[in-house]
Amino acid sequence: MNTAWFDVFYLAAAILFITGLKGLNSPRTARRGLFLAEAGMALAIIGTLLRHEIVQFQWILVGVTIGSAVGAAMAIFMPMTAMPQRIAISHSFGALAATLVGIAVYHEHAPHVDRIEMTALGFEVLLGSLTITGSLMAFGKLQELLPGTPVIYRFQNIVTLTLFALAVGMFIALIVDAGAVPVFYAMVGAGLLIGVLLVLPIGGADMPVVLALLNSYAGLAAAATGFAIGNTVLIVAGALDGTSGFFLSMMMSRAMNRSFANVLFGAVGAAKPQTQGGVETRTVTHYTPEDAAFILEQAQSVIIVPGYGMAVAQAQQAVAELATLLLRRGAQVRFAIHPVAGRMPGHMNVLLAEANVGYELLFEPDQINDDFQATDVALVVGANDVVNPAARTKQDSPLYGMPILNADQAHTVMVLKRSLRPGFAGEDNDLFYERQTMMVFGDAKATLIAINQLLKEQAHDEHASMASNGVASPNGVRHEPVADVPGTPPTTVRQRPA
Amino acid sequence: MTSSSIESIYILILAGFVGYEVIRHVPPLLHTPLMSATNAISGISLVGSLVAAGSNHGVVSTILGVIAVTAATINVVGGFMITDRMLKMFHRGERQPGKPGAS
Repeated sequence: MNTAWFDVFYLAAAILFITGLKGLNSPRTARRGLFLAEAGMALAIIGTLLRHEIVQFQWILVGVTIGSAVGAAMAIFMPMTAMPQRIAISHSFGALAATLVGIAVYHEHAPHVDRIEMTALGFEVLLGSLTITGSLMAFGKLQELLPGTPVIYRFQNIVTLTLFALAVGMFIALIVDAGAVPVFYAMVGAGLLIGVLLVLPIGGADMPVVLALLNSYAGLAAAATGFAIGNTVLIVAGALDGTSGFFLSMMMSRAMNRSFANVLFGAVGAAKPQTQGGVETRTVTHYTPEDAAFILEQAQSVIIVPGYGMAVAQAQQAVAELATLLLRRGAQVRFAIHPVAGRMPGHMNVLLAEANVGYELLFEPDQINDDFQATDVALVVGANDVVNPAARTKQDSPLYGMPILNADQAHTVMVLKRSLRPGFAGEDNDLFYERQTMMVFGDAKATLIAINQLLKEQAHDEHASMASNGVASPNGVRHEPVADVPGTPPTTVRQRPA
Repeated sequence: MTSSSIESIYILILAGFVGYEVIRHVPPLLHTPLMSATNAISGISLVGSLVAAGSNHGVVSTILGVIAVTAATINVVGGFMITDRMLKMFHRGERQPGKPGAS
């Protein structure tokens, strides 16, 4: 077959990838878009298999069979709450493929590698190798195989940057003399080590930025592969992946009001020396699920603010059930989703979609922030930093300047949380001590199930009394404004030294 | 610098711009599926891996190629399947009126 034909296959694949991604602009066209991208991938693979260079198929078959089995098993059995880990490990696989192809090409051609090819190979293996280990580290942290808190040691940034400079030096040496085989492998080793060191000091809540950045690197490594083996579709697909990852990490950084450099080298969330010397005692009021159900029963409007705690407690189904119960009572229910809630871009959206919450109930901060003041109850489920008012006022806080959700402006703020432990940024949350705030401690899922049960019983009773008395509407009696009556009197008062 | 490598840089940069314009309009709602889909697309390294595994350039190339084919196939197959599984879950609430928490 004429070589021009392969290019037609690749051209079609590239067009399908772009139109496919365009489909993701709306949830209605997304699946069709994905199908186009799949078709593009199929064309690219068929086009490649038809090439003359490919003379032995048995090994390809082995790889494809194992890969398909593992990939399909992961796709079918992986719970949605484990999505961040899955994304992290798959960046690692993508980078591994790119790096190994780079090594194979170098191994075949060295020392007859011209400078342009060497430049492409250098980018490929360097970006690839640091993405392999960086993503594995991210996977380890997300899967809790490694400590999720940042690991900090002295001169950390200097060590990482020195190693990086060393790798760049080796890269330049290879461009000058591509025949220096040991230098090539030393550079791969350095790349692997850089990946580990880069992710070591990054903590859980910064994961969205890091995952997006690794997504970008994996794409750029694929694009570099395209340069090295002269394959256009690899360049196009790699560029798409690279820009997508870059765009997402920009979005995430902006949502935290931090720079890339600050995310990568700032090590936020590490144990900090306590600045406050004096023992300040603040009280927080402790409420029960019964109190919460009592308030929710009367609420006309509720905004639910989910956070990573919802994912940890696997509480998305219970949250969805509560939303249904409240909607049935005639209340307005909406969800406010902060871009960095959770451990990857869009994490909360996926979990709520899994729990069957319609996407028209999900709102971005800009769309919903002005509505909190007119809302009866803001229900915060396992979120902390994204509702911390310190971001507005406290200039020395690591959160300062981060756009937050105005949950504190609701008439009643209900916070479901395991403990008073500060959020990831280590900043105590003043919201928890406000007068209008009801803290309901405990596992978010258990609390929600208890609340749902109470609401169901209440609805049942109302229904029964309606049937017996012939009263037209349970809403016939106008409720007191909920704002001024935050539940029954507090059952417990906890004291906490700040 | 050869003209073909300049052409490749053209392609890279233009594809980057197209990608940015297309992806800029993806709503935050779909950011996880976007990440998962681009991840599957980056499994395009499979194309390079197939050549390394299938072109009989020696044992080292074949071994590296087979591992690369396996890794890239995991991404292509797994990535597209799980993205589809996710996208299936996104729907408007009206379709099941009053029963969003059914499952």
